[in-house]
Order: sequence, then C-alpha cells, then structure tokens
Amino acid sequence: MLIPKGRGSLSEALFEGMRTNRSTFTDVLTTLADDDADLHISLWALYEMHYRGFEDVDDSLEWHPELIELRRSLESTFEQELRDRQPEVEIKEPFAEALFDFIAGHDGASLAAFVQRDATTEQVLEIMQMRTIYHLKEADPTAFVVPRLSAGPKAALMELQYDEYGGGSPVRLHSALFVRGLEAMGLRTEYGAYIDDVPVEVLHDNNAMSLFALNRRLRGASLGHLAAFEATSSLPSRRMAQGLERLGLAPEMIDYYTEHVEADAVHEQLAVRTICGALVAEEPWLVPDVFFGAFTCLDLEDRFARRMLDEWAA
Amino acid sequence: MSEGGHPDVILCPGGPMLLRGDHVVQDADGVEHHTTRPVSAVCRCGKSSIQPWCDGTHKVLPPKLRP
Ligand code: FES
Repeated sequence: MLIPKGRGSLSEALFEGMRTNRSTFTDVLTTLADDDADLHISLWALYEMHYRGFEDVDDSLEWHPELIELRRSLESTFEQELRDRQPEVEIKEPFAEALFDFIAGHDGASLAAFVQRDATTEQVLEIMQMRTIYHLKEADPTAFVVPRLSAGPKAALMELQYDEYGGGSPVRLHSALFVRGLEAMGLRTEYGAYIDDVPVEVLHDNNAMSLFALNRRLRGASLGHLAAFEATSSLPSRRMAQGLERLGLAPEMIDYYTEHVEADAVHEQLAVRTICGALVAEEPWLVPDVFFGAFTCLDLEDRFARRMLDEWAA
Repeated sequence: MSEGGHPDVILCPGGPMLLRGDHVVQDADGVEHHTTRPVSAVCRCGKSSIQPWCDGTHKVLPPKLRP
C-alpha cells in the first residue's frame, strides 16, 4: 500500500515528510489539523506504520520520536472526545449479563437491516469498500493486546484469535474469506485500497481500535470493544447474507457473512464471558474501561451507519 | 475434563452451550454435525436457524423463553 492522499494541511505536510524520509518533523508538529478528516487520516497513517507500513515510506520511521510525539498528541485529543461522548453507565452484577444487556440496550442505526431489505447493489458495493479498511486486517488490532494480559484472559483471547486466523490455515483466515468475497464482486483486494475514498467515520472506527490496542493502559477498552463488536455481529451478519442473496450477489461474499453468523455466536460468548470476564476478575479496576470500549464500538458504528443512510437519504 | 478454568463444556446463562474441541453433535432430526472450530456454540433455545449451532437468536427472545 502507498501512503494515502492528504486531506488537509497537517496530513499533506506529514505524508510528504514521510515519503521523502525526512530526519525531522518539527514543522509538522506545529501544524494544526484543518479539520477532523485531516486529523484522522494523519493518525490512521501513523498507526498503520505499526501494522504493514507503506511501500513508499521507510520502515524505520515507525519509531521516529517526533512521529510518536505527533501520534500521542492526536490520539489524546481523540481519546478525550471519545470519553466525552460516553454517557454515565451504571454497572450492575453479574458482569457478563450486565455487559450483554448494556450492548443490547444500545439502540443504533443498522446498515445490515437496510441491506437486508432496501439497499441497491451499488450501495452494497459501497459498503463493502468501506468495510475493507477493517475486514482486511480483521482481528489484527486485538492481537497487539495478547502480551499485555495475564494468563487467564491471554489464553482466552488466543482461543478466539485462533479461530479468527483460520485455525492456522491461511485460506480460512477471516480476512482471506473477505478477500475471496471482494474478488468475486469485482472489487479491489489490496490492503488499504479504498483508504482515499472512505468517510471520516470509517477512520474514527479504525483509529479507535488502534488507539485501544496500542496503548497497554487501554487494554480493558480494547477487549470491551471486541466484546461489543462480536456481540453485534451474528444477527446483522445474517441480515447482510439475506440482503446479498436478495440482490443475487456473489456467493463467496454471502459465505463470508454466513460464516460470521456461526462464528460470532461463539465469539460473543467468549469475548464477554471468558475474555472480558477473566480480565475483570483479575483486574477489577478495568471494568469501566471495558464499558468505555464497548460503548465506543457501538457509538462509532452507529455514526458510520447514520452517515451512510443520510447520504442515501434512506 | 477441566484443567483449572478451562472446562470442556460451558453452559451460558440464557444462551448456548459452548463445546471445546472436536465433537460430533446429532441434531433433533438425527443428522450428525462435526464441529469445525476451537469452540462451538450449541443452541439450547431451539430457535436458531442453523441448528444445531447457536446463531444469536436467543438474545431476541423474551427472557422467559431463554434457556
Ligand atoms: S441458544 Fe443461541 S440461538 Fe438458541
């Protein structure tokens, strides 16, 4: 993947500096982002240096102190915004039921319901392009959390990750199943292929996952995000599969969603009970962060869904 | 067998039965299904559309009808 297009003064200066492998970024550090999109594409690219990097950027920039400083400054602004959005939550007992209820109680817009009943083929293709930003690195953010956990939650998380990563088979990796679906639909399959086209809401979503996963102190939020993600996947995946069937779209993509109906009915139980449950049993002070992560997942997906539905006036 | 906190079967309150490892599950019609993942969720509410596996439908049932 090449570094994305800039979306404003900050990202343009930053990306130019990264491409030309500058030794100092002091001027970029004092550049303010023009708007949210400018901030988030910058942050996204800085995070991406910790995943697969860019063909046109030197790998050694991953740990350039000034780029880390910039990342810290952008991500603390973002974290504060996310925390400010979270309403007061009253956390009940037992933990697993409280978390399931909290997730079920979040009433958000549903793209899956729209796809199931009303979306056109073009709109579905558009959603798939947006989804590539996460689905092509499905489960990767959470993988960063593994070494940051004690034995109980660590083993439990690996049990889920092993399934996400195809039980060790590269063709059954969930992201590989998505690639087959994309190919069958005639869409591009390279990592990050559609990054220049996605709305800022997709970047919010992706950046929140990296923010939680790359900061050890936010491990509770990362696993709470995972729990909410998995617990809102089975039923919507079935709706997606039905919508794709209604439109006569590629069976490979239908398979991707059908696989998630079954897999995520397991994963939601694991994420809430064996993973988050084990985490808070050992580190009870992380309970509020688990709920913060769960809320953020639901809130950002809701904002993305509203954005798309507004755009289509649906 | 359980090795301290890693039981083979977990009954989820109001939801499925989790089954760790490789098993063959016979559904209500006598058809056999092999597990295909490290952990599988067997439907206990009877309402899943992918029997014998859970598809999350138990969550939309009124609490009284959940297992
Ligand atoms: S127990 Fe989950 S659908 Fe029946």
